[in-house]
Amino acid sequence: MSQFAINLIFVGASFVLYIGIAIWARAGSTKEFYVAGGGVNPITNGMATAADWMSAASFISMAGLIAAGGYANSTFLMGWTGGYVLLAMLLAPYLRKFGKFTVPDFIGDRFYSRGARLTAVLCLIIMSVTYVIGQMTGAGVAFSRFLEVSSAAGIWIAAAIVFLYAVFGGMKGITYTQVAQYVVLIVAYTIPAVFISLQITGNPLPPLGLFGTHLESGMPLLEKLDEVVRELGFRDYTADVDNKLNMVLFTLSLMIGTAGLPHVIIRFFTVPKVADARWSAGWTLIFIALLYLTAPAVASMARLNLVNTIYPEGPTADALAYADRPEWIKTWEETGLIRWEDKNNDGRIQMYNDANAAYAPTAEARGWNGNELTVNNDILVLANPEIANLPPWVIGLIAAGGIAAALSTAAGLLLAISSAVSHDLIKTIINPNISEKGEMMAARISMAGAIVLATYLGLNPPGFAAQVVALAFGIAAASLFPALMMGIFSKRVNDKGAIAGMLAGLISTLVYIFTYLGWLFIPGTNMLANTPDNWLFGVSPLSFGAIGAVINFAVAYAVSLATEEPPQEIQDLVESVRTPKGAGAALDH
Amino acid sequence: MADDKQNAAAYWKANVRLITWSLVVWALVSYGFAILLRPMLAGIPVGGTDLGFWFAQQGSILTFIAIIFHYAWRLNKLDKEFGVEE
Repeated sequence: MSQFAINLIFVGASFVLYIGIAIWARAGSTKEFYVAGGGVNPITNGMATAADWMSAASFISMAGLIAAGGYANSTFLMGWTGGYVLLAMLLAPYLRKFGKFTVPDFIGDRFYSRGARLTAVLCLIIMSVTYVIGQMTGAGVAFSRFLEVSSAAGIWIAAAIVFLYAVFGGMKGITYTQVAQYVVLIVAYTIPAVFISLQITGNPLPPLGLFGTHLESGMPLLEKLDEVVRELGFRDYTADVDNKLNMVLFTLSLMIGTAGLPHVIIRFFTVPKVADARWSAGWTLIFIALLYLTAPAVASMARLNLVNTIYPEGPTADALAYADRPEWIKTWEETGLIRWEDKNNDGRIQMYNDANAAYAPTAEARGWNGNELTVNNDILVLANPEIANLPPWVIGLIAAGGIAAALSTAAGLLLAISSAVSHDLIKTIINPNISEKGEMMAARISMAGAIVLATYLGLNPPGFAAQVVALAFGIAAASLFPALMMGIFSKRVNDKGAIAGMLAGLISTLVYIFTYLGWLFIPGTNMLANTPDNWLFGVSPLSFGAIGAVINFAVAYAVSLATEEPPQEIQDLVESVRTPKGAGAALDH
Repeated sequence: MADDKQNAAAYWKANVRLITWSLVVWALVSYGFAILLRPMLAGIPVGGTDLGFWFAQQGSILTFIAIIFHYAWRLNKLDKEFGVEE
């Protein structure tokens, strides 16, 4: 059977599963549409949240980022998991107790203000729409590589599948498909990793293999990796970083941003009890950790594999002749994600760090004329089974897994967008008298609209898509997270303080990002070049979310203290979200 | 009613204390051991590298899981002690 047929079977079977679930889990009421009826088991919700959260970026890109950056890119591992500690203790259980349907719901009620609700809706939509573009393009890439269709056709197929279960099933359909998608993606991620870990370290558990021994040389794996990359002029894989302040702030921004993402927060509205929301956050992190503990192992082993492929006799000997390159390099060359340019015309593939001045004399002595191989970080996970010579069915599995990761996150984001439109804009602000049936119809129509918008943007991605994902984290960290936290932990912060704080956090973050990346990301409009020398105190634009959050907190407190206290019933509301007692009744509003 | 209020305030204080300690551990393993204190821990070898690297790529994630489960277990107990559970 051809590889194409196998891929088709795996991806097709996973789609049949998702559609089957969609038919079984149709939403009959707005409560089912927005929060899956509020009766999801905490472990099930943990699995669904893990799939909701782990996007194409986690599945496809993260291991590649770590492979390229080594220790310095551990920020992604800590930042994208540490946020769950904040979510579990500072937000999720109290918002579950509040017992309504959306994140702007809480901000609008707690700060008794239409302006605050609208600000929250605005932040939510900017953040979720930018995120969803990445998922659609990610699904498109996976389709085009594995199913021999164009990327555009891939995006249409992805949109059609999400449409089926999200429009009819709402949160209920999404929850159970996300559980299935989690299983598909974690199996797809783990199996090749186990094989590779066995081949390289002899240990079947990749996280142990990472700190284990490299079979071929008998040296510890990380020591061996440091040695071979050093011989090619790269930084040691485990080398420490100089700019610790930026590393701390970037990690903190990712953590706060994660905790402030509405599509993740609303998943915790689906569990039956407040105590369940606490457990569920723990289960979520366990399910995420299965992938996040595997990723750094995959990263180091794939990096070593790549060097060994290019330098079969070791990095001090001759590089691989282009004519002898393995099959997988040829396949990926066709996609343009691997490129080779014979700069010194010797027919061999030299890969080294040509930006390292200290290494230049060595390179010259070896007759090298610049690095010749460009490998896109994103192919690492997708190409892994081919690099390790694994059987064709593993490749089919990876295809289904990558698509599952993109679809599950896209569906969660689309639900956050559509519920903000149908519940916060239509039901609460435009037409409070709308019937249950009318709101349900509005929810389905907004969902369909959101999918059409996401498809359009996926087909015509703005040039700045990659940077915009960082913007989404910055906005979540600087605007929504502080407002939600102060709404729970302070009785003194009032409507004016919250709105001023959110706007101050949002605007300061946008200004800092736009200063270096261009106004609205239009190239050439940036006022300062995006280089570490220009950054204020060495803080990169991607790390600014944490500072935006501090500005938000400070402004909100200052303005609140200068103005009147919130009314008594609001202070009572804060008291009530702080204790679990009496949560059941609140949901049926 | 006054008792209820006092009870709720005491429960909240206990919760905030628990959160504070949990966040101290959270910050210590990630910002501390994995980043700022890594040079100090450089002498402790772990599988071909040092303890700080281990915390950056595995230790902090494992600790985060432990923190959340410990918090959920302790707070669910406090819920019952203060009689505020659902």
